[in-house]
Amino acid sequence: MAFALKINGTSHEVDVDADTPLLWVLRDVLAMTGTKFGCGQALCGACTVHVDGRAVRSCQTPVDSVGDSAVTTIEAVGRTPQGAALQKAWLELEVVQCGYCQSGQIMSAAALLKDAPRPTDDEIDAAMSGNICRCGTYQRIRAAIKHAAGV
Amino acid sequence: MDELILKDQAAGQTAVSRRDFLQGTGLLLGFALSGASTGAVFAAPASQVVENEIRGTFAPNGFIRINPTGAVTLVIPMIEMGQGVYTSLSMLLAEELEVKLDQIQVQHAPPNHALYVNSIIGIQNTGGSASVRAFWTPLRQAGAVGRSLLVAAAAKRWNVDPATCHAKDGIVFDASGSKHLSYGELAEVAAKLPMPNGVKVKLKDPKDFILIGTRAKRVDSAIKVDGRALYGIDTRLPGIKVATVAISPVLGGKLKSVDEKAALAVKGVRQVVNIDEAVAVVADHMGAAKKGLEAAAIAWDDGPNGKVSNADIVKQLEEESKNPGAVARNVGDVGKALAEAAQRIDAIYQVPFLAHAAMEPMNCTVHLQKDRCQIWVGTQAPTITQSQVAELTGLPNDAIKIHNHLIGGGFGRRLEADGTILAVKIAKHVDGPVKVIWSREEDIQHDMYRPYYLDRLSAGLDAAGKPIAWTHRIAGSSVMARYYPPYFKDGLDPDAIEAGAEPPYALPNIHVDYVRVEPPGVRTSWWRGVGPTHNVFVVESFIDELAHAAKQDPVAYRKGMLGHNPRALAVLSLAAEKAGWGLPLAAGHGRGISVQFAYGSYASQVAEVEVAPDGFVKVKRIVCAVDCGMYVNPDTIEAQVQGGTLFGLTATLHGSITFRDGRVEQSNFDNYLPMRIDEVPVVETYLIKNAEAPGGIGEAPTAIVSAAVTNAIFAATGKRVRSLPIDTESLKSSS
Repeated sequence: MAFALKINGTSHEVDVDADTPLLWVLRDVLAMTGTKFGCGQALCGACTVHVDGRAVRSCQTPVDSVGDSAVTTIEAVGRTPQGAALQKAWLELEVVQCGYCQSGQIMSAAALLKDAPRPTDDEIDAAMSGNICRCGTYQRIRAAIKHAAGV
Repeated sequence: MDELILKDQAAGQTAVSRRDFLQGTGLLLGFALSGASTGAVFAAPASQVVENEIRGTFAPNGFIRINPTGAVTLVIPMIEMGQGVYTSLSMLLAEELEVKLDQIQVQHAPPNHALYVNSIIGIQNTGGSASVRAFWTPLRQAGAVGRSLLVAAAAKRWNVDPATCHAKDGIVFDASGSKHLSYGELAEVAAKLPMPNGVKVKLKDPKDFILIGTRAKRVDSAIKVDGRALYGIDTRLPGIKVATVAISPVLGGKLKSVDEKAALAVKGVRQVVNIDEAVAVVADHMGAAKKGLEAAAIAWDDGPNGKVSNADIVKQLEEESKNPGAVARNVGDVGKALAEAAQRIDAIYQVPFLAHAAMEPMNCTVHLQKDRCQIWVGTQAPTITQSQVAELTGLPNDAIKIHNHLIGGGFGRRLEADGTILAVKIAKHVDGPVKVIWSREEDIQHDMYRPYYLDRLSAGLDAAGKPIAWTHRIAGSSVMARYYPPYFKDGLDPDAIEAGAEPPYALPNIHVDYVRVEPPGVRTSWWRGVGPTHNVFVVESFIDELAHAAKQDPVAYRKGMLGHNPRALAVLSLAAEKAGWGLPLAAGHGRGISVQFAYGSYASQVAEVEVAPDGFVKVKRIVCAVDCGMYVNPDTIEAQVQGGTLFGLTATLHGSITFRDGRVEQSNFDNYLPMRIDEVPVVETYLIKNAEAPGGIGEAPTAIVSAAVTNAIFAATGKRVRSLPIDTESLKSSS
């Protein structure tokens, strides 16, 4: 089935089964590999993208559920004020190690800062606990979110 | 910094465009190194390792390429998987080559033992916390040789004595500073100069370092915050197909039946490949491949391992560890000392199988053709991978091209070539390139696990509480015996006994032995540390037991046995001081300490925990003191201490792989639990600065944290944890 998707401000048409996860449409059909596969069960957050500004796990988002909604991925989140501030903070505080989970971390953090521009520790925990980092960069992720938010 | 990064590693700067740019220039053949005598790392001809280079490129050794456009490339021998080697190894080269860090691009080295062997391990492997240790000298030498030749080239051009010239930031200046030539301008001339004599090129005195020892920014960060970084799983090639696999859930099992028709009926599925030990569904995209695999309704014949269970594995260890093993250390007379002891303490410790669960699931892209095989993968072991593929395909080594990639978390998993071998077996049936991606479930259930170990310890204390006898028997799988048989000698696995055979303490009578016990139906392998991750837990817990039996403070007790070991004593004292050892804590709280020498580094940790009445353990704070000798980048070390500690803490609190009916019982992050942000403590790092030889840091914090935490639990509750992961049930106040 053909689906028209609005991704990072550009329209794309894809011909896949309706239940195909958005993750694989992005990665394998549209060659946008910044969004990562980690678990396939919405347990790790590596595949996080924004759909109409909300953080969703694209591995559990069927393509037919997206409709007209605007999809934003890591490749374009830097065009939003939250995304740009977070990417800068990530560099200044040297957050990344292997880097594989960081697309999802930044997407979750950007959605958090949109809702809570000055998040508390509890709000950071609530928003970020769905994102796993096996390198253990959490301490710097927390600091970078605060740095980006100016708290 | 973007330009720094290997072209193959970043989306949007494709390798194809670089190849097009360089097309027709051929291999660099003009600069053979025959006659050079600067040691093994410079031994192979440059033509073996250079491709796609521009004519006139300066390539004085395996590590440096400077082309006439001025691009400086480090052909990097180790793989980046988060530990920061792109940065640290570039810093080592830049320091002596006299270029700025942001002038260096990195490019993964091809498999080449002679040029790129990791001297600590003896293989071209990224592992063993050995990258800086192994390349501390070779990369500085390489840089110094390169700088010396470039300076000589400029001096020749100006007809002056090279000693009157100097280099800075990639430019050579004459004595007056009025004349200058860039490295790019000098590359072609420098490439034709004779090599300087031997390794006599002078290296900087460490006090003159301007880059080494600084908090230089990581060179791989920018591409990792905006999605440009390319890992193996991101490989895109014309005509590529994506496959996903079901591997026999029991090791040694075989396919019984598969509904190929149902799989092929899924839109986008192209092919079903049956290789007996596994079934792959090949499709246009992973969504279709996964759906096809589910539809395939696969059934298996379990084979001889269908009844393997954890209970049986542990029973086997309990039985076989009753017999003496290969002696790792024997000093004094333990039997006599035990008999004369005022007090005897015995204990059995156990640690579980552990999976790696790196964030990037196992994957490998293969294009197998009649006369060659191309592989796109992130591997910690390129030479091993190449040899194994050569053996499987019957192709010569040089027909196996490894395109190495950034790894989304290695932790030892990518030291094994099994994922590549499986992909090549599948690729034999596929026309064109195929990317094989494992689901998270396959990744966890077909991992190669950190071995289960069972340890038996006994100690005898004299009337003053000092240990006059110490025996330690280690029983478990030997990874080394399988992985690298020459290192397994006289029944001893040097890794399995590391940090067990030689505890840092003064122990006048000590006997340590090792019993190799291989569990049936289980593949064991490297992890983020193997021997020390279990031995330090065991030794440091047991020392804590002895301190308690001697009615002494755990820090004071250890200090009393470290008089001969000043570096261990220093980290212990520093960690205790920074943690506020001895200050009062609330009820239910406790502090625990551990100390270790492993991977060439000293470390000590203090953990502060709170144990709730229901047994729940909250780790509140970790203080870590580190002495890893001379270091390259203190910010990277802090990052490794934070991350390595959490990796070990995750295992301490949650990690366990168990078998039932030959199958792994865990499958994804809902039952093989990682720590999450709401659970982690702050980790504080205190780094000792000295002039000792560099030590490793990637695995050290992983090994040291378990005992610090379980000793803290003992301080809080009086309950001794002798097996991991921590069983919170046993810590309930009422139990």
